[in-house]
Amino acid sequence: MKVHEYQAKGIFSDFGVPIPRGYPAFSVDEAEEAARKIGGRVVVKAQIHAGGRGKGGGVKLVDSPDDVRRVAGEILGMRLVTHQTGPDGQEVQRILIEEAKPIARELYAGIVLDRTNGKYVLMVSTEGGVEIEKVAAETPELIVKEWIEPGLGLQPYQTRKLAYALKLEGEQVKQGIKCLQALWRAFEANDCSLMEINPLVVTEDGEVLALDAKINFDDNALFRQPDIVGLRDLSEENPQEVEASKYNLNYIKLDGNVGCMVNGAGLAMATMDIIKLHGGEPANFLDVGGVASSDTVANGFRLLLSDANVKGVLINIFGGIVRCDRIAQGIIDALKEVHVEVPVVVRMEGTNAPEARKLLEASKLKFIVAQTLEDAASKAVAAVTGGQA
Amino acid sequence: MSILVNNDTRLIVQGITGSEGSFHTAQMIEYGTQVVAGVTPGKGGQKDGNGIPIFNTVAEAKEAAGANTSVVFVPPAFAADAVMESIGADLDLVVCITEGIPTFDMVRVNRALTESNTRLIGPNCPGIISPGQCKIGIMPGFIHTPGKVGVISRSGTLTYEAVYQLTELGIGQSTCIGIGGDPIIGSTFLNLLQLFAGDTGTEALVLIGEIGGSAEEEAAAWIQETGFSKPVVAFVAGRTAPPGRRMGHAGAIISGGQGTAQSKMETLQAAGIEVCDSPARIGETVKRVLA
Repeated sequence: MKVHEYQAKGIFSDFGVPIPRGYPAFSVDEAEEAARKIGGRVVVKAQIHAGGRGKGGGVKLVDSPDDVRRVAGEILGMRLVTHQTGPDGQEVQRILIEEAKPIARELYAGIVLDRTNGKYVLMVSTEGGVEIEKVAAETPELIVKEWIEPGLGLQPYQTRKLAYALKLEGEQVKQGIKCLQALWRAFEANDCSLMEINPLVVTEDGEVLALDAKINFDDNALFRQPDIVGLRDLSEENPQEVEASKYNLNYIKLDGNVGCMVNGAGLAMATMDIIKLHGGEPANFLDVGGVASSDTVANGFRLLLSDANVKGVLINIFGGIVRCDRIAQGIIDALKEVHVEVPVVVRMEGTNAPEARKLLEASKLKFIVAQTLEDAASKAVAAVTGGQA
Repeated sequence: MSILVNNDTRLIVQGITGSEGSFHTAQMIEYGTQVVAGVTPGKGGQKDGNGIPIFNTVAEAKEAAGANTSVVFVPPAFAADAVMESIGADLDLVVCITEGIPTFDMVRVNRALTESNTRLIGPNCPGIISPGQCKIGIMPGFIHTPGKVGVISRSGTLTYEAVYQLTELGIGQSTCIGIGGDPIIGSTFLNLLQLFAGDTGTEALVLIGEIGGSAEEEAAAWIQETGFSKPVVAFVAGRTAPPGRRMGHAGAIISGGQGTAQSKMETLQAAGIEVCDSPARIGETVKRVLA
């Protein structure tokens, strides 16, 4: 789960990671009021979940509270397009009004899971304010890492080492150490999966501040983080994906026209891959899970068909413990309930697959029944291209 | 022949009285697995529907039933602790089926594993089966057949698909292992390849990977460095997966341009591994390399 920058900064502030003074605003009135409270120069920052907001025109420096009204009006409601939003952009519904500080240096700090050794890693770089992936690819020696030993936690010497690696001086060293320790405490307490401060700045007054904040949370741990769940902004998520999550379905929208419904994540990805191999484009990833009942199948159909791009559907089920004939009955029931105009290719293999095929054929509904995975993919692609495959 | 589980495996089911646990206990017994005890705290002294004695703790179950392996069907909030309990009881093998365990919990389990003699398979996996001998987990037993191909996979149903293709072509399996779809798992491709290397009953391997992480690359590097002599066939799922999105499995995500299917396939190929383009051709590729 993702949150907005101002929400991430709220968490930072609770744990003692220093942030500039600022207030979120949902209207131009609130924006002006916030600017007057702060006084002097402020930054108006669009709050959307995607990165690259500055380049897209969603971050503006404003000299006086009078101008804040105008700038806030321009940003609120705009469709902000960045390299992470896709061409349609994301509508800005919230902004952050923050005190503008003269910056001396831009640094980076972040925490992620290192999957190779199963430990969290705290990393810093003197190259802040640019994409860290770019630094990692071009000048990896400029990223300094300390791994956090599970059970022992982040040691003071590790934060000291990183503070010196950031070339902090004098009082800044102490501030940097405190900031990194607070960052780890916030990460651990909230079951985060990623935390980034980019940039972490040193101001001209020698203050160390988190100018930006990005936090992702471990979805598997949300059951024990009720406060974090309360920060979820559904308007930032694809409506179909939100709908899917209500039914415990895993759905991700893509750009193609072959809708897929599969049981199991790996098989769902493989099904998308084989559609592509046959010259088609998958419209989505949809994993209906191990227990594909008629309800889950019906909900899956509704989701698939709410995407106007879908010109055909491929259902690929490998029945294990769940019998194929039961799932076939689920599909038949679902199709009686949901009106489907596009061709539907069904491939079922595994437990009771022959019985399932018989049921489908006897149903008099217009299925295209496929035998193997290969056969299913070629029939599905042929169906959406009008038989020319 | 096989690795890790066989006719001598004596299994404890943790969470034996839950709906998943009780259903799959019956399935495993039907397959021929020696299920010798169950654990559900508070229900010690009772018996489950199959007559399996239930204990309050894993240590008691191990002692009383002479078990060496356990399988975990415990809900995500308590599953890491269940695995810890089996590590604490010094079992040889723990297979964790549970999906949705918080990563922080798994970081601690991972640490506990490094200081123990216990091996973990999973979590978020279908389990492990040595066809004809022992099935631990939720896979459909009947699609498997005894033989000489080892299968290691990050997936569930895609593994069944691959195994089914093998069985249809008359190619049996020595041991098939679903290693799990989470970012932190107990046993990796590399760990298990090393075990298969020493198994004279395994003549070829199938690796089924997916996007995210670098476990496929680590396996490829080891195969290349050691000149691993058994033929390996691989498939990597997720070539059409968009970056930055979690594709069902918590570990299946391309982040910062790392962990794409394309780069994994290239690395595997460069290490001399037969990489299948299509998930429909895993069986016939194995047949070809064995010929």
